[in-house]
Amino acid sequence: MSMVLEHVNYVYEADTPLAQKALNDICLEIPDGQFIGIIGHTGSGKSTLVQHLNGLIKAESGHIYFDGEDIDGPGFDRRGLRSKVGLVFQYPEHQLFEIDVFSDVCFGPKNLGLPKEEVETRAREALAQVGIGEELYSMSPFEISGGQKRRAAIAGVLAMKPRVLILDEPTAGLDPRGRDEILNQIRELQRKTGMTVLLVSHSMEDVAEYVDRIIVMNRGSVMLDGTPREVFRHDKELEEVGLAVPQVTYIMHRLREKGLEVDADATTVREAVQEIKKALKEQEG
Amino acid sequence: MLRDITLGQYYQTDSVIHRLDPRVKLGGTILFILSLFFFQNIFGYLIAALFLAVVIRLSKVPFRYIVRGMKAILLLLMITVVFNLFLTPGRPLLEFFGGRVRITYEGLKLAAFMAIRLSFLIIGSSIMTLTTTPNHLTDGMERMMRPLKLIKVPVHEIAMMMSIALRFIPILLEETDKIMKAQTARGADFENGNLIRRAKAMVPLLVPLFISAIRRANDLAMAMEARCYRGGEGRTKMKPLIYQTRDRLAYLSLAVYLVCSIGLGRL
Repeated sequence: MSMVLEHVNYVYEADTPLAQKALNDICLEIPDGQFIGIIGHTGSGKSTLVQHLNGLIKAESGHIYFDGEDIDGPGFDRRGLRSKVGLVFQYPEHQLFEIDVFSDVCFGPKNLGLPKEEVETRAREALAQVGIGEELYSMSPFEISGGQKRRAAIAGVLAMKPRVLILDEPTAGLDPRGRDEILNQIRELQRKTGMTVLLVSHSMEDVAEYVDRIIVMNRGSVMLDGTPREVFRHDKELEEVGLAVPQVTYIMHRLREKGLEVDADATTVREAVQEIKKALKEQEG
Repeated sequence: MLRDITLGQYYQTDSVIHRLDPRVKLGGTILFILSLFFFQNIFGYLIAALFLAVVIRLSKVPFRYIVRGMKAILLLLMITVVFNLFLTPGRPLLEFFGGRVRITYEGLKLAAFMAIRLSFLIIGSSIMTLTTTPNHLTDGMERMMRPLKLIKVPVHEIAMMMSIALRFIPILLEETDKIMKAQTARGADFENGNLIRRAKAMVPLLVPLFISAIRRANDLAMAMEARCYRGGEGRTKMKPLIYQTRDRLAYLSLAVYLVCSIGLGRL
């Protein structure tokens, strides 16, 4: 019960002078229930990678298996896959089109051919999950605020009850508060339902706190893959490709250099605070 | 999905043709197209083919790239051929259904020439757009239409509208692609079903597309106003168009081509 990628390659604009290798021999295993962050610079291939996972883009070579079945194989139910692997695009609010928020969220489950009651129950559930109250149900999706639009659009994918949820830069263009709200809601959801979540981002800071595993993409290849702690140990390499590790990690490294005995692997502010307190106590004592 | 449309999309490279003054390319293309309708025999076509081959070679655009862009008009080409083939009166060559449908010798000839003529026309004009950036092209147009200003035609505004429209084509194509993918991910189906279902399936694509087009237009208008744009009055060019030696040479070769093709083509 998982997704496996074997030697996946993809080239954009093949056979033209603009040809660009977007994915280069990607091998990955995505077990069920993991919360994964996919980090990379603009153009590192992270968006291309996630579009492969629900069959929107077909790999040039290589195989992608969902529960052991090749998704490009003959007779594979591609539409079924799309309901199991939900993909929320960048700026998902740009895809809203219905006359009110509620009908827009219903669009996904309706396309699955579910009965009307089921569609509506799912839409209500999904809207509740992203924290949109009933007072907004009958509003036009173009009247509500930016953050609400974003969450309504995410609900549109959640209502399909995917087993794997992929979010491509879900916090782009939001203020810090809107960002934290959305990320916290996603974490809640992940904990409650145990679904697999892939969070695509260019910012380490955003994902470090939330994810179990980080995959770093660079120029179409997987550069690093591991827990946040493991990945952030490579701070020098990450900097070379223009990716910053979280600021706390820098601070911890500097403190260590200055002679304070802290565990430099701390990745979140909370961990860092505890580490520093502990180290200071030890120094005094 | 929509990336295959190359008809007329600028091809980035550096060649003599790319560096020519856009007025030369515009005028040349118009004259070339006109010339296609003047000659009547095989020599004219041969000279036109030769001329095109030389220009393509000089432009450094791969022939394959040009041909791929022509796929879009294949249907139009086929319809023309079929109509000419079956509906031209003359000496019968083949007959079907007891003579009610027939292919004539004249029809075959006309269909072949028509197909060649149309392909040349499209290759010729796509070479212009492949080697000229939209900005350059509208610059050239604006300059060529300047005399019309005397009769109060808003030449600058027309040129500006055109360049903005051209600029937005790739952006909107990309946007369409993105929205299509996003809705496909939500289970929308754009490929199957009958005409009515397919038309209905377009709603989730068209509404966001129109909204995004309007939003972009709004943003652009604001950005232009912020930079004090107020039409062509008193506006100067950063890079005014000035004819170079190569442009004069190009005009000369064009003249030679016209004389040869029309002279020989009407023998």
